[in-house]
This record gives sequence, structure tokens and C-alpha cells, in this order.
Amino acid sequence: MSLLASSLGKKYVMALSGLVLSIFVLGHMVGNLQVFGDPYLINAYGYKLQHLPYGLLWVVRLFLLACVVAHIWAAITLKIQNKKARPQDYEAKATVQASLASRTMIMSGLIILAFLIFHLLHYTVRAVPGHQYNHAIIANDGTEYPAEVPLVLHGKTKVDAYGDPLIVHNVHDMMIAGFSYPLISLFYIIGVYLLCMHLSHGVSSMFQSLGLRNEKWRYRLDKIAMVYGWVTFLGYASIPLGIWFGIVNASV
Amino acid sequence: MKLTLRIWRQDGQNGSGRLVDYKMDDVSPDSSFLEMLDLLNEDLIESGDEPIAFDHDCREGICGMCSLTINGIPHGPERMTTACQLHMRHFSDGETITVEPWRAKPFPVLQDLVVDRSPMDAIQQAGGFISVRTGSAPDGNAIPISKEIADYAMDAAACIGCGACVAACKNASAMLFTAAKSSQLNSLPQGKAEKDRRVLSMVASMDEAGFGNCTNYGECQAVCPKGISLDFIAQMNREYAVASVKQIFGRA
Ligand code: HEM
Ligand code: FES
Repeated sequence: MSLLASSLGKKYVMALSGLVLSIFVLGHMVGNLQVFGDPYLINAYGYKLQHLPYGLLWVVRLFLLACVVAHIWAAITLKIQNKKARPQDYEAKATVQASLASRTMIMSGLIILAFLIFHLLHYTVRAVPGHQYNHAIIANDGTEYPAEVPLVLHGKTKVDAYGDPLIVHNVHDMMIAGFSYPLISLFYIIGVYLLCMHLSHGVSSMFQSLGLRNEKWRYRLDKIAMVYGWVTFLGYASIPLGIWFGIVNASV
Repeated sequence: MKLTLRIWRQDGQNGSGRLVDYKMDDVSPDSSFLEMLDLLNEDLIESGDEPIAFDHDCREGICGMCSLTINGIPHGPERMTTACQLHMRHFSDGETITVEPWRAKPFPVLQDLVVDRSPMDAIQQAGGFISVRTGSAPDGNAIPISKEIADYAMDAAACIGCGACVAACKNASAMLFTAAKSSQLNSLPQGKAEKDRRVLSMVASMDEAGFGNCTNYGECQAVCPKGISLDFIAQMNREYAVASVKQIFGRA
């Protein structure tokens, strides 16, 4: 299709996939912040997501995966063209106004990709050796948490349709055990820092790529993107930090 | 003023180039950058050397011929100023100044600081015109145009086609130039009829020449001697999206 062959078409792909992913990033953060509340909250949330009707979970997952693939395809194709467009660089290099975030999009992006793969293996597939959380959840100091727990709110146990106690995956303690390893926490904080730096340029840039920005809104959107970047960074980073400083405690 | 100039010398399109140092002892701070180069060339000719080739014509900042990258910045350090309008008082005594040609794959160096900018002509020829029956001149005010639109189109028309935007862009993208030229006509009633075709063919010509892609650094606007705004790029992004969709349905 000629639209995808054009430079602008690829930018639309980048912007639209980036938009979907940015909204996901915000939603995912809000969901995860529930770890600061009663363990019931995040465990029930996890259970709900796992039991969405009509296989919606997989619909959403595959859609997000398609966005990631499209985004990276466009990013790399465009980057190769950009490199080719200036075979010989200046001896004296200067930057007048381009931000650090804008100049490091491909690097922050590729590191985010590595982080994303680790993150999925860690908490979604649960296949990182030593951090599997499927039978028992073991923290850095050897404490063991059950992988499955009943859903309890205000001392009352939730029951399923047959009146049996509802047993759910212990997401709350899995996060506590996962972030009890300083290196893992550090990697997460660096990962989300780069993600949010990526978005501090990306969230404004996508409006320009789609033609939805003007002289007045450019400055506003630049500020909104910066605020978005910092809010998401602080939101995500607060989870490993909260666990590390004992603000979030194990449920059992 | 005493100056050391490091100037790109290259003998012909296929010659290998390098920076050559020249010392100047008595440069008036009131001379323009090009006058300073004229003095250097006189010295070179006197001593039997080949003078430095550089493009220039009006020396009034209106023709867009001058094209020097000075210390890594196209047209030098002063904002909204062409190299021909730049004066030596903006440099300090004893400074080393690096002068290079525009760097972009579609702009091959012809000699020293002179590059071939004809791909920009090709973009202009692809759609930077309106199709009308020629004959006697139409009445000046036959088509009413609001002051707002007229001013807006005039801002786009201020582009002198020097190519500094390409030279400054870290991706060697010609978006600002192409956007100014297409938006100027697309905003006016005379240009509306060919709006879709114009933006599609100008972008196609831009891509074909091998320019890079826009990543919204904003370096182009920052160096543009005529202050062409990124708004025009947003407008082109928007119009190209609409035209592409119409094209898919055979209505462009
Ligand atoms: C959760 C993951 C990600 C999110 C939320 C995200 C978001 C965004 C957004 C919103 C944009 C702006 C689109 C535009 O300028 O039109 C963008 C641009 C970009 N992204 Fe991502 N991205 C993610 C992952 C990645 C990855 C894995 C890569 C690695 C290849 C990457 C590389 C880029 C590049 C090179 C740009 C273009 C820079 C520019 O046009 O200024 N991104 N991203
Ligand atoms: S020589 Fe005409 S613009 Fe500089």
C-alpha cells in the first residue's frame, strides 16, 4: 500500500501505535497502584482481568502486541532511512533546541523493548528462573508466600457460584517478592525512567505527526507530555520504592 | 578581529574533502560573513590559490542562495538571519569558526561549500503551482481572501527555499520546506482545487529524493531564517492523511 510506503504513512503508524501504548501505560500504572491498598484490591483486579468474558484478555493482549510490532517496525525503518539521508555528518555538531529525549528515542525505545520482554517473562509468563511464583512465592530474604490465596475483604471471604471460597493468584505478594530483589527493582526503575523519557517527547510528538497541533498547542502539548512523563515515572517507580521502604507489606 | 577559519574544501563532486585552516588577522566586525569570505578569497587568489567556492546572490536575505553551516548551525548563530546578513560582530576575537556545506544525501557537494539543491526544485515542480488558464491578468480582488488566511499563506510564502531546514535536521528531512510550499497554496482558494494531488505528489517527490523523516526535533524552525513554523508541517501531515484516505477511495 502506498500510504505505508511513504514517510508520513509510517509516522502515522508510529503515532497511532504510540497513542494506544501510551494510554495503556497510564491505565496499567493506575491498575498497579492498587498494590498500595488492601491486598484484596489488586488480587481481585488480577482475577477480573484473567476472567474477562469472550477471551477479551487475549484480544487486548494481541492488539497491544500488534501495536508494539508496528511501532518498532516503523521506528526501525524510519531510522535506517534517516541515517542514509545524511551519509556524511558535520565535523562541528550543534543542537539548537532538540531535547535529549527527542534525540534518544531509538535508544530509549530499544531499551524499553528489552525491559518489556523481561517484564513479561517476569510477571506475566512467570518464567524467569528463580522467580516463577507459580507454586510458591519466595522473597529475597527466604520468606515464602502462597501462590494462591482466598479473596478476603473486611474479614469476609468471597465465594464463587457454588459457595466455595474464591481462590485467586496472589498478585499482591508476588509484587512484594519480585521487588524484594534490589537489582530487579533497580532495573524496573531504570526501565520506567527511560519509558517516561520516551513519552515526554512521544506524547507531544504524536499529535504533530497526526497534524493535530498548532503554534499555541505545541507548547501546551510539550508541557502536557512532560507532566505525563513525570507522573507515570513517579507512579511506576513508587511501587518498587514503596515495597523497598516497607510502605507496602505482605498480606500473609 | 583575528579569526581562524576551518573551511570545507572539496574539489568537485567526486573529490574527497577536508577541513582546511585559514588565519585572518584583520577582519572588521562590521563586515558580513560573506564579505569576510570575499576578503579571504582575494588573499587566496593573490597568493595563487584556488578561491573558496560558496553560493550567494542577493546578499539581502531574500534569494536563499547562501548556504553555509557555521559552527554546526545552518546560517550561523543568529536567529532569523541568513548567512549573508550575519555580521562578524557576533563572533569573538580569536575565535575558530568552522564552515561546512549543507549535509544531506540529496544535496551532493559540487565544490567546497556549494551543494546541488535541485531536489527542492523537483518537490516544487511536483505540486508547488496552481493550474490556471493563462490570458489577461485577473482582477486583483476577484477572489476575496480574508486577512487571516492571506497572512497565514504569506507566512508560508516567506520560505526562500535555502534548504537550511534540511541542513539543520538531524534526519536531513525536507518537511519544513515541503510543508511551507504545499501549505501556502493549499490555504488559498486558488490552490484548493488541487489540494490533495498537490500534497500527495510533493511528499512523493520528497521521499523519492531520499530526504529523511521528521521526528519533531524542531531544529528546522529554529534555524529557518524566515521563521517558518512547524504548524505548516502539522498542516501537511493532516492534509496528507486526508488525501491518502480519499485516494484509497479513488477521490483524491
Ligand atoms: C510501551 C512502549 C512504548 C510506548 C508507549 C511508545 C510511545 C511512543 C510515542 C507516543 C511516540 C510518538 C510517535 C510520533 O512521534 O508520532 C513514539 C515514538 C518513537 N518510538 Fe516509541 N513507544 C514505545 C516503545 C518503543 C520501542 C520498543 C521502540 C524501539 C524501537 C520505540 C522507538 C520509537 C522511536 C524511534 C520513535 C520516533 C521518535 C520520533 O518520531 O520522535 N518505541 N513512541
Ligand atoms: S545571498 Fe540571498 S539570501 Fe543570502
